[in-house]
Amino acid sequence: MNPSVLRVSDLHAGVDSRQILRGIDLEVRSGEIHAVMGPNGSGKSTLAHVLMGRPGYDVMSGSVTLDGVELLGLSPFERAQAGLFLTFQYPIEVPGVPLEAALSEALVAAGRFTEAETEQLGARLSEEAGELGILPEILARPMNVDLSGGEAKRNETLQLAILRPRIAILDELDSGLDVDALGQVARRIERATRESDPPLGVIAITHYRRLLAELPAHRVHVLSEGRIVASGGPELAEELERTGYVAYREDAGALGEAGLGALGLGETFPGGLTRG
Amino acid sequence: MQLPVSFSAQAARSLGGPEWLVERRLAALEQFAASPPPVVDEDFWRYSRISELDLDRYVPSGTGDAAGLRPALEADAWPQSAGLLAHVGERSGLAVVVDGVPVSFELSAPSTATGTVLGSVLHDSRGSDVLDQVTRLNSATGKEEHEPDVFDHLADAFLRDAVVLSVPARARIDHPIVIVHLLGSRGAAELAQAVFARTVIELGEAAEATVIELFVSGDGSLLVVPIVDIAVGDAAILSYNAIQQLGAGAWQFGHQRIRAGRDSAIRTFTASLGGEYARFRTESVLAGQGGSAELLAAYFGDGTQMHDFRTLQEHGAPRTTSDLVFKGAVAGTARSVYSGLIRMRRGAKGADAFQTNRNLVLSDGAHADSVPNLDIEENDVRCSHASAVGQIDREQRFYLESRGVPPAVAERLILLGFFEDLWVRIAAPGIRAHLAAAIATRLDGVTGGC
Repeated sequence: MNPSVLRVSDLHAGVDSRQILRGIDLEVRSGEIHAVMGPNGSGKSTLAHVLMGRPGYDVMSGSVTLDGVELLGLSPFERAQAGLFLTFQYPIEVPGVPLEAALSEALVAAGRFTEAETEQLGARLSEEAGELGILPEILARPMNVDLSGGEAKRNETLQLAILRPRIAILDELDSGLDVDALGQVARRIERATRESDPPLGVIAITHYRRLLAELPAHRVHVLSEGRIVASGGPELAEELERTGYVAYREDAGALGEAGLGALGLGETFPGGLTRG
Repeated sequence: MQLPVSFSAQAARSLGGPEWLVERRLAALEQFAASPPPVVDEDFWRYSRISELDLDRYVPSGTGDAAGLRPALEADAWPQSAGLLAHVGERSGLAVVVDGVPVSFELSAPSTATGTVLGSVLHDSRGSDVLDQVTRLNSATGKEEHEPDVFDHLADAFLRDAVVLSVPARARIDHPIVIVHLLGSRGAAELAQAVFARTVIELGEAAEATVIELFVSGDGSLLVVPIVDIAVGDAAILSYNAIQQLGAGAWQFGHQRIRAGRDSAIRTFTASLGGEYARFRTESVLAGQGGSAELLAAYFGDGTQMHDFRTLQEHGAPRTTSDLVFKGAVAGTARSVYSGLIRMRRGAKGADAFQTNRNLVLSDGAHADSVPNLDIEENDVRCSHASAVGQIDREQRFYLESRGVPPAVAERLILLGFFEDLWVRIAAPGIRAHLAAAIATRLDGVTGGC
């Protein structure tokens, strides 16, 4: 299939008319892994929610296209149909709804009727669950009900593997995962960026670098105050690990562009993105 | 209250039958006439649509112009009953009742061998005794338990016959016994019938049975008063399931009267899906110590439907437990009301009662009322109640949508999931599949436009 590209252009958005994102530009292509890092409150999760169309978030201006189709204004379902997927930081419990039933309906809606058939879907779920270290009894539970943090994240990855989106946003996928689990989910996603057709493009939103140790990013972006203030290669994440986000905080305004330059942290916003 | 035009003593007499039955009818008609008319200002009728009911529009089934209507339908001639029977699979018995008159019975050989009777009040030698004993138990004890309302009197006044299931002591019925009521089966389009469907169930000491009772009708105008009287002996176990899938023109005033003995266990499940107005009184009296009652219900309304539930959990003996869970959803401009009373009689030491009513309101025009009540005469008891009226959780819907599930399908999944904790508690096989299919079909019409 043709490779995909997600383009975020000058995106301004917020919650309850409080602006949080102040002009985001980002371009992610099939097979690319982009890390979006930043301190708490920088707007990372807002970016994830706004891209997926979560209720309660307002877009003020800007554009988000997937393969040329404008996503803003589409329902979350339509965005999912277009090929976008979000792994939730806190997956929502849906009592009484089995995972398999929901996935089957999603596959039917996508026209993948054969895959939606119980037998084939069950077999694929078992296979993927095995690879991700998900116990069989977890699959029988209603969606996300009574899952531990780690189980929930594996479960999100499992759904990604079954649904095969074009672009996935990982919202703090690493939180709540121990080292083994982190390795399992990261390896599965990394494999999708190579083997899916088209290869999966990833926006990995994270506070820490530990995810990137398992899921190597081609590009790293630093989000602060609702803006991408720096973009660079993997070395940017290493730098952040050493120095922290202090240079990017709002009260570090005095550092400004000069400050960033002095730290030698790659190009500053608006950095031109190239395939990594 | 004044007798409605077609509900005269002459009409009651014209139903015929043995003398005791005719006398019973006339006595009930006098009680009806002596009762004050139901008014919506009374707590008992608050939130109901009783003021819209005009009894003068109806003719009692089997009388007057309705006397010539002869039912000739098989249980599987109706899609709902054919569907239910297919879902239930293996059964121990089947009774088919048309407009309140039992027309056929089958009972498995092993069940017959236990001495179990599945028959009718008029055609089985023990029938009238069972009716007499059980209804006396259920209507005469205590001053407020099962207090009859005007529709109970009316049902007795125009009783044609009744299904009797009598399971003797220590008998165990392996598979469900299904009772199918086909109502307003003939002439319904031209004539608004009032049908009085009666079932009497008694379980002897340590007996065990599962009963599934289905009510279906055509779409014509119809008044239905289904009454079930249940007496469960000491240490007996009963699962009783009522499934109401009446047509769009039906008004129902149902009454489920249950009395359970020492260390017995009853579980009732009521599904109310059809009808224009469907009222159920579900009343359980735990009369012997250690008895337990699980009272479950699921309801779904759309269009202009209304579901009306009045429940009583009465604890009259020590260490009795009851757990009531009624859950429903309303769409369109449908309404529901749940009004439940937990009554702890003096002496019910160590009794536990739980009452939960949850409602999903699926559209702006729909409405649900939930009214819990407690009446506690004993100190050493535990009671709790919870009620909630809410909408489909938009976060849950967003989550499913983000997987690629279309909005209408997401709502269907969430709504069916809302009932899931009930489905898993229903002991009788096949009911879950039958209802999930029925509700899903209805939802396709409701949420398709979202």
